[in-house]
Amino acid sequence: MTITTPQRTQAEPLLEIRNLSVDYGYDDDAVRALSNVNLTLHRGEILGLAGESGCGKSTLAYAATRLLPPPGVITGGEVLFTSSRSRESGDLLRMSDKQLRAQRWRDTAIVFQGSMNALNPVYKVGKQLIDGIAAHEKMSRSAMRERAAELLTMVGISADRLDSYPHQLSGGMRQRVMIAMALALEPELVIMDEPTTALDVVMQRQIVEQIIELKDKLGFSVIFITHDVSLLIELADRIAIMYAGEIVEDAGSREVYHEPRHPYTAGLLHSFPPLRGPKRELGGIPGSPPDLLSLPSGCRFRTRCPYAVDACAQLVPELGGTVFGDEEPHRSVACHLHDDAVDTPAVPAELAVRPEGRTLLGVDPR
Amino acid sequence: MKYFLRRLGFYLFTAWAAITLNFFIPRMLPGDPVQSLINKFQGRLNTDAVESLYVLFGLDENRTVWQDYLAYLNNLFHGDLGISFTYFPTPVTQILTQSLPWTIALVGLSTIIGFVLGTLAGVGLGWRRGTWADNLLPIANFFSAIPYFWLGIIAIALFAVAWPAFPAAGGYDPGTLPGWNMEFIGGAIYHGILPALTIIISSISGWILGMRNMMVTVSSEDYVTVAQAKGLPERKVMFGYAARNAVLPSISGFALSLGFIVGGTLVAEMVFSYPGIGYMLFQAIGSKDYPLMQGAFLVVTISVLVASMLADFVYAFLDPRTRVEG
Amino acid sequence: MSVQADPIGLTEVEPAKKTGKKGKRSLGILRNRKALIGLIMLAFFLVLALIGPWLAPHDPNAVTQDSLQPPSADHWLGTTNTGQDIFSQLLVGTRGVMLVGLLAGILATMISVIVGVTAGFLGGIGDELLSLLANVFLIIPALPLIIIVAALVPSAGGVTIALIIALTGWAWGSRVLRAQTLSLRKRDFVEAARANGEPMWRIIFFEIMPNLTAIIASGFIGTAIFAILSEVTLAFIGVTSISEWNWGTILFWAQSSQALVLGAWWWFVPAGLCIAAVGTSLTLINFGIDEFVNPRLRNTAASASLLRKKGIRARIGFTPVYRGGGSQHPETTRDDDRPDADTGTTPRGGARRRDAAQADDATVPGRPAASGLPTNSRTTTDTEEVTA
Repeated sequence: MTITTPQRTQAEPLLEIRNLSVDYGYDDDAVRALSNVNLTLHRGEILGLAGESGCGKSTLAYAATRLLPPPGVITGGEVLFTSSRSRESGDLLRMSDKQLRAQRWRDTAIVFQGSMNALNPVYKVGKQLIDGIAAHEKMSRSAMRERAAELLTMVGISADRLDSYPHQLSGGMRQRVMIAMALALEPELVIMDEPTTALDVVMQRQIVEQIIELKDKLGFSVIFITHDVSLLIELADRIAIMYAGEIVEDAGSREVYHEPRHPYTAGLLHSFPPLRGPKRELGGIPGSPPDLLSLPSGCRFRTRCPYAVDACAQLVPELGGTVFGDEEPHRSVACHLHDDAVDTPAVPAELAVRPEGRTLLGVDPR
Repeated sequence: MKYFLRRLGFYLFTAWAAITLNFFIPRMLPGDPVQSLINKFQGRLNTDAVESLYVLFGLDENRTVWQDYLAYLNNLFHGDLGISFTYFPTPVTQILTQSLPWTIALVGLSTIIGFVLGTLAGVGLGWRRGTWADNLLPIANFFSAIPYFWLGIIAIALFAVAWPAFPAAGGYDPGTLPGWNMEFIGGAIYHGILPALTIIISSISGWILGMRNMMVTVSSEDYVTVAQAKGLPERKVMFGYAARNAVLPSISGFALSLGFIVGGTLVAEMVFSYPGIGYMLFQAIGSKDYPLMQGAFLVVTISVLVASMLADFVYAFLDPRTRVEG
Repeated sequence: MSVQADPIGLTEVEPAKKTGKKGKRSLGILRNRKALIGLIMLAFFLVLALIGPWLAPHDPNAVTQDSLQPPSADHWLGTTNTGQDIFSQLLVGTRGVMLVGLLAGILATMISVIVGVTAGFLGGIGDELLSLLANVFLIIPALPLIIIVAALVPSAGGVTIALIIALTGWAWGSRVLRAQTLSLRKRDFVEAARANGEPMWRIIFFEIMPNLTAIIASGFIGTAIFAILSEVTLAFIGVTSISEWNWGTILFWAQSSQALVLGAWWWFVPAGLCIAAVGTSLTLINFGIDEFVNPRLRNTAASASLLRKKGIRARIGFTPVYRGGGSQHPETTRDDDRPDADTGTTPRGGARRRDAAQADDATVPGRPAASGLPTNSRTTTDTEEVTA
């Protein structure tokens, strides 16, 4: 069969998350925040993580870097990081503290959400840029300061801001400082956790453009976390949609936009006005995300899903191929509608836009 | 700069409030007992001294409160706090200038040592949660609920009576004369150890618990996670990020609770008959020596204000936000 | 299609589990072990304060021939140098301590609520002035002030002392309340009430006060500790009436009768331990309230022993990895359903669903979910197709 959808770059994986599970809490009351999540980030790719708040997208990023604060516990899985510098693959979950410290910031850097608190209010910006460098590189004080000045200039902030305290900078500047800080050691992976959420629309756009520009220049890979799907569609190469601690759809960003396969993805697209292009009908998803303490049986989305059938309550869908099977082998979705082994009605038209762009009206996908 | 001026203004206002309070409190007292006390010393008091006592207690019915107040402020300005009844006819100012250095040395040093040690312990406990060290918390809790003076009594019972390793009373070796010689200083340190330990042990638990909770709170701030994400060495994250920020509220707490702590330590002085202001206050209570009591209160208050102001300035030095915004 | 297990049985189990959890939570502060211990200890002393005088085996003032007796069957805590029974003095004295502590605590809390809430609610110049007042009272050393006032009031009794303590000890609580009111004032529900034209007293009592309960409670307890310590101290240094029994009075007589030098430990140890016990009970309650209000503290406190048992070190910046009993997750199948490294294709076919019974609870031992399913061949084929 021919594959018409543009194939992703045949890049090697940089970060592979396998069966990652995370609990909040240590006793029997613990909440399972992530359940057996699988996700792969390829070299040079911008991977978007999207979903409603509380769906586990930040949890996933922080757990994968082992920065998740208590009471988070990783209860299983592995996170393989393949560095191009040392050509060494390592499981971050099995690294010692020392190995992790050495790996952090040099290989994996994070741009935090809401930068007011991410910068220590009592230290000057320069000091905070420099101490990250100093922890990994043997450089003279003046060389590090020079590097810090260079980084600030790179994100469009004048170098004399090195001696400013965070509270003397605007929100947009603080966010840029965070980005400069993350790029200090030219890491291979940069995780961005809602870096634009606290900013106004104009500033958002500037920051996003800057990220793309820097990425093209420095060649790092990005995991970009946001609840704003329309932003991701423009920015990301690939998007993973999360719901209630699971990935429900993983596809190229254009495909997500034009050919959503999961009912939740379709619902998310309807709740945001697209930044560009033709207008869509706006409408939210009925209900609210389930309480992780009392998940519905079977499919976690079924209580809000317009297409739910009996089978959805009985079987847990797992990430697998779409109804088009081998036509789009690089995509995956966790929905019984797309699983020919489960007795479900035909895939609704909304979720069965042909990879070429034609709607498969009334065609039995089986 | 604006911040400093504001704080300075606040402390000056508080000093004025304390002085005024001090002026009005004796007026609640029925005049007779003081009058009789004054009469007792009448022949031996010069007119200036009688005058200042009249001002202090508002006994002269021909003068208005306002006139008394101005005269009181004037006396105060000239360092005249009246005449002590207990140590008649020594001026209160002279007694207090003799005892103040003892209090500053004992209470000042041991309070600061207690604060520093307690804060360090709190940093460790707050950083390494869920370890065996958490078992120390109930003990710290228990010690923070013990009055200073009772701990002093127990210290004397154990280390001065049952196992006489330290002197039970006094501030220096009675055989030596106060001065800058080794014998005297050695004796003073020897006499100071037990009361100092009492004050340190009583005050340290509060700092441990406070700092621990602040560490727990600050540790969950984003910038601590960022510091970890940067791969900074553990010590650097713990001291440079978590403790560095957690100590700020601890210092402002220190400035605010100095008054409370000093109150307790004065009573510790009483237990140890330590020749500081607290002991003088104790003597004054016993013999209803109101001028000395009032003077002691004033001197203690002013000292606390000065110390709090210093702590405030340390805070401003450590927190850049206060310096800019004021 | 095949449903492998009965999914119906599970739906009944789950809600039951849920309600159990909710029930445990609604117990609120009593679930906190610290607070519970504190409350039990405090209740004990409150009961003693009520019935202590009737329990006392002797008249605390009765002078007998048995001077300075160590503890015995007749005198449980020995006697003083004038042969008074110390145990009786302790029992009779409890009432004075608790009464002054509670009374001063209540009065000071009232002042602090009035000043703090008003200041926070008013804002502007009124706030500035009231805050200034509170800060002045906070920083002036309270104990020396109380001493000079108490020393000037002839033979000050319990109620007078409580009043004086309350007048000097309200400032801390008011400071905290002001800060909290200030932040509440800006919340939506208060703004809404104001926009509706509700009177100020209604907003304060029905919108703001209910949200301050924990802080008021904690302020009350803090002041009560301060009051008890101050009162005992005043009695100990002999400022207050020495004929009214409280634990400080016992220590006053012990100190002035050279109990230390005489080695009469039974005279000065029990009273101090009682003070410390009451103080500890109150701090424990306050810790409970703190942990109740501040979840950051609660999480660490509740699970410390559990963490130790499981060998998990909960830290900031290094999330622990706890792989439980081994069967927690189907890790045995990792090699099988490992997605292809080059394309990121996820396994499809047989392994893509679990049945609902296993879904939420993969920890059931001996049921490695979805392990034996033939996934390997499919995945490999896909890989070959794409990479070719």
